[in-house]
Amino acid sequence: MATSLLKGVATPCRMIAHCRRPIRVSIQRRSIAVHAYTHHATALSTIQSKIDPSSQQFRENTSAMDHLVSSLKEQHKRIVTGGPAKARDKHVARGKMLPRDRITALIDPGTPFLELSPLAGHELYPGEEVPAGGLITGIGKVNGVHCMIVANDSTVKGGSYYPITVKKHIRAQTIAQENRLPCIYLVDSGGANLPHQADVFPDKDHFGRIFFNQARMSSLGIPQIAVVMGPCTAGGAYVPAMCDESIIVENQGTIFLAGPPLVKAATGEEVSAEDLGGGRLHSSISGVTDYLAVDDAHALVLARRSIGNLNWPPQQGSTNKSIKEPLYSPEELGGIVGTNLRRPIPVHEVIARIVDGSEFAEFKQEYGTSLVTGFARIYGEQIGIVANNGILFSESALKGAHFIQLCCQRRIPLVFLQNISGFMVGADAEKGGIAKNGAKLVTAVACADVPKFTVVFGSSAGAGNYGMCGRAYSPRFLWMWPNAKIGVMGSEQLNAVMEAVGKAADPELKARIDRESEAVFSSARLWDDGVIPPQHTRQILGLALQASALGRLSSSSLSSSAEPATKFGIFRM
Amino acid sequence: MLRSIPRRRIPGLLGSAIPKRSNTSTVSAPASSQPLKSILVANRGEIALRVNRTASKHGIRITTIYTDPDTDSQHALSSPFAMNLGPPSAYLDGDRIIKVARENGCDGIHPGYGFLSENSAFAKNCTEAGITFIGPPWQAIEAMGNKSRSKEIMIEAGVPCIPGYHGSDQDPTFLKAEAEKIGYPVLLKAVKGGGGKGMRIASTPEVFLDQLESAKLEARNSFGDDVMLVEKYITTPRHIEVQVFADKHGNCVALGERDCSIQRRHQKVIEESPAPHLEESVRQDLWGKARAAALAVGYEGAGTVEFIFDNETREFFFMEMNTRLQVEHPVTEMVTGEDLVHWQLIVAQGGKLPLTQDEIAERIRNRGWGIEARIYAENPKMDFIPDSGLLHHLKLPELSEDVRVDAGFVAGDTVSSHYDPMIAKLIVRAEDRTSAVQKLHAALENYEIAGMVTNIEFIKKICENSDFIAGDVETGFIEKHKAQLLAEESVPPEVFAQAAIGLLAQSGGISGISTAPVGFTESLQNRQFHFQISSPTGGKDIQTMAVDILQGNDGNYSATVGETVLENIKSTWNASTLMLTSFFEHTRLDTRLIFDGQERITIFSRGHQYNIQMANPKWIEKALGVKDLTHSVLAPMPCKVLRVHVQEGDKVTKDQALVVIESMKMETVIRSPQDGTIAKVVHKAGDLCKAGTALVEFEE
Repeated sequence: MATSLLKGVATPCRMIAHCRRPIRVSIQRRSIAVHAYTHHATALSTIQSKIDPSSQQFRENTSAMDHLVSSLKEQHKRIVTGGPAKARDKHVARGKMLPRDRITALIDPGTPFLELSPLAGHELYPGEEVPAGGLITGIGKVNGVHCMIVANDSTVKGGSYYPITVKKHIRAQTIAQENRLPCIYLVDSGGANLPHQADVFPDKDHFGRIFFNQARMSSLGIPQIAVVMGPCTAGGAYVPAMCDESIIVENQGTIFLAGPPLVKAATGEEVSAEDLGGGRLHSSISGVTDYLAVDDAHALVLARRSIGNLNWPPQQGSTNKSIKEPLYSPEELGGIVGTNLRRPIPVHEVIARIVDGSEFAEFKQEYGTSLVTGFARIYGEQIGIVANNGILFSESALKGAHFIQLCCQRRIPLVFLQNISGFMVGADAEKGGIAKNGAKLVTAVACADVPKFTVVFGSSAGAGNYGMCGRAYSPRFLWMWPNAKIGVMGSEQLNAVMEAVGKAADPELKARIDRESEAVFSSARLWDDGVIPPQHTRQILGLALQASALGRLSSSSLSSSAEPATKFGIFRM
Repeated sequence: MLRSIPRRRIPGLLGSAIPKRSNTSTVSAPASSQPLKSILVANRGEIALRVNRTASKHGIRITTIYTDPDTDSQHALSSPFAMNLGPPSAYLDGDRIIKVARENGCDGIHPGYGFLSENSAFAKNCTEAGITFIGPPWQAIEAMGNKSRSKEIMIEAGVPCIPGYHGSDQDPTFLKAEAEKIGYPVLLKAVKGGGGKGMRIASTPEVFLDQLESAKLEARNSFGDDVMLVEKYITTPRHIEVQVFADKHGNCVALGERDCSIQRRHQKVIEESPAPHLEESVRQDLWGKARAAALAVGYEGAGTVEFIFDNETREFFFMEMNTRLQVEHPVTEMVTGEDLVHWQLIVAQGGKLPLTQDEIAERIRNRGWGIEARIYAENPKMDFIPDSGLLHHLKLPELSEDVRVDAGFVAGDTVSSHYDPMIAKLIVRAEDRTSAVQKLHAALENYEIAGMVTNIEFIKKICENSDFIAGDVETGFIEKHKAQLLAEESVPPEVFAQAAIGLLAQSGGISGISTAPVGFTESLQNRQFHFQISSPTGGKDIQTMAVDILQGNDGNYSATVGETVLENIKSTWNASTLMLTSFFEHTRLDTRLIFDGQERITIFSRGHQYNIQMANPKWIEKALGVKDLTHSVLAPMPCKVLRVHVQEGDKVTKDQALVVIESMKMETVIRSPQDGTIAKVVHKAGDLCKAGTALVEFEE
């Protein structure tokens, strides 16, 4: 090899001697840029394996590892079955899904689940089997969003929290916080494991830290969602109560600070678990939960939908860009509303003719029903809708304030559909703190720093105008339907008030107030941005959303925060 | 059959290489006196496209017409000259069509089939307006349009007619007496009727009056005339018809016969030419009688003389003459190698018939066998009730000179309930009948339609039937073989597995990291898919199947379908062709899965079509407040309620008639799926209903 190489070098030298133009030859000898082939370049960095799979050592290693792996496989097989057969059978007989099935149903089909620490609790408590520490944690993709999933296994000691359970739960939250992963808690737990209370309750990284983490993560904008699929007693009650949104399964999930036996012992009151803290109670009366499900499968579909409404940057390729037109014709809006504002207007029918595919993910459907809140899309743009369906009560105002907080947290534009004669009046309402509860809604609306759009499709009167983002609350745009009326109160009430305070009734007054309330009167004075045909509401909102989005997008591309995070003032509690 | 003739010498379809010779009785005179430059096609769908094809080929401009529901239909889009007539029924508005033709400078109108094609007044008006009606003279249409009169003319011309009463005395007892004279069973038929409307069979004197009333009612509703005729009913009849053509020079030829015995609801499903098992002497006799029939009314252009053929006695009787180009004309084109629309144009322009009878006979001897299957949007398992809807997916078999599809729709079109539910015609040709049937079957296996129920599977079953293969056809064929033809095809476990894996593949799909589970705890991937196959006849008889799919660490799937466990399935999903290719341990399956976005999945696998549904989860009814419809009888399609036969509180038995609806211009009796008591009649006569609305509710 070496000699031939030398020969090769020597040959041109001999040629030079015979050549008449030696300069050319010297150019030929110059080393120019030789193209480097990609695979040669890659070869530089590629590790060259020198393993001999037929060697004695390799085979011994393989066999030893295989042995260990298969024993671990066996071990995990036992772990994934969960608690004892009796407990599992009982669980399933109640119509509940096993926790691993719940997770499978929750995550996107055909995507893996990155489970954490399945060996937790293994041979940790003498004489006690606590498979996976009674808690399954891991990262899975839900509606295209990577989420931290924390699921109690109630077949393991009733899902109670051993010290290792607490540690595993907090570890999952730490990972979620560090990586900004939305958290989904599939709650089905009897609470702290009482015999171990000293190692569960008092210290910094004990049970209390779970709720601390929830509150802090929520403040950092990391969504917290709970699905209540079993008991949440005492401290456990705070898991759903401290979440941004919570879902509960009817006749199965319960939330209370003390269960029926303890209540009876404490106060003598006899009450069933369902009446004390069941799904229907919390979804329609107390407002602790936001969505009511009929079973586990339904609850998990709702949880997936909630994640889909987070406006959380999804993984690419999972957003469906095709826009669905409403199922029902916007042309029907005229027939739905009419011009008689004394007649209630069913606002769901209005929403169904404005939003994409008539799809509306209603938030707190059973609670404070005179205000309708929920997520929808208009030409693919996500929005939060706040719409009147009657007079505002304390509950409706609280619901509205909660929903506006969610939208601000998630930077989702708000659309107010206004048809409001005012907040509820009367002794009961005042006792219930309608003024401070209404103030919460007004505070939320005032401080919300997301694009706001208001469409008056009926009345706009009194403080209702404030709570529903009237002109003074800086909606980006405000439109009136032809039938809309705006004024501090209706002409008749105004007349009555004037008479009550002893002022002689001006015969002209009522007619004047009527005239001043008309949409055209409003529009002539630029109290709004125009009177619009009801059937054009969808397109007009779509154009307005695009107009607002362009500004937002360009500012974010300059990495300056043109749209500041909303900071709310003090909510009077 | 002269099979010794080399294939290359057999003239191709529409073969222009063959020198055209005049009919023996005339001298060649190709120049036409009134050349057509621009014609209007007074029709829709495939026939409008069919006429357009030939006319364009010969440099004739085509003007098409369309109605509001047909705005986006293929025939409307096929020409730059497309005129909107408005309401759905406008294809019947002759005056308007003539006006449109004149405004657009059309010198001829082709009526297609159906609609105004056999309306003598329309033909007359065309002629009077100076527009060439591309069809027979109106007098011939009129003569043949009246069944009683046409029979008189036929008897005079020596064409055998079926014994019967065709008179004007419509007194039921008189008609019954006539029936006695003819001998039972008898056929009751509306004089003005057609297409099976207003037609009933009375097998005994006891049912005569009931059947008469029912036929009259249908006739009144369909064409506003209930004058009936009574005829002998032949028990094992065949429907054999002869395609005739006549020109203005006194020439008339028969372009062979077609056997159209395979019928349901008295409408043709499969047509073939020549007719199987027909003695040559009978064939020649048929042709001769058909020509005599045409000549008797001074016929011009394309016509079809229909005969009823008694399979026992080998006798045949004149039924009627259709004075138009028929749906099944491509069968004749296949065996003659001629373009019949072109022939129509030649005749209309005053030209002479391109071939003599002898030349035609020669062609037919050499060209083998043609078969046509009509592809309908209909449900054979629900008494061929028409369906309509969006053609989500449409894939044609590979077309060639011998495999032809005449269709009026493409994928994405809507088959409207306003018009006939025929989607397409599939026509094949082969050297003999056995090969032709096999070819038809193969083409059907590659014909995919999703979005509505079709009769494709049903026709495949006909092609597999040994009697059909043997050529033992008769009009009662479908009724006789119903059990076999409508037998429920079970869905193989592999197909269920494919549906489930396809659903997974369709919804998932991340790039980069494998979708396979990771770590030691791999059980998290086990998913259950619930499917159901609803009983074709409605009611509660729903078959359900749970399929468990588990993806292993290696990315392969295992599926548990009922009792069957399928392991190590390696699958790839092609989202653009909607094809799931799976390697099972024992075989490979290429399965096309069409999801309609709702609950229906249409599956094409190895030439079979399967329809399964995704079962509703338990919670959906409660969560959505969906009304439990298990106790209701639903409208199977968009329809109008014609009559309600029950009242609240009535006790009914299974299969008792509850409601009569009308859709796609067809009456359908909705029968009780069970014994029970009627709780509520939801819709009354005259109501318009969407598909799936409850018509009648039962007590629980």
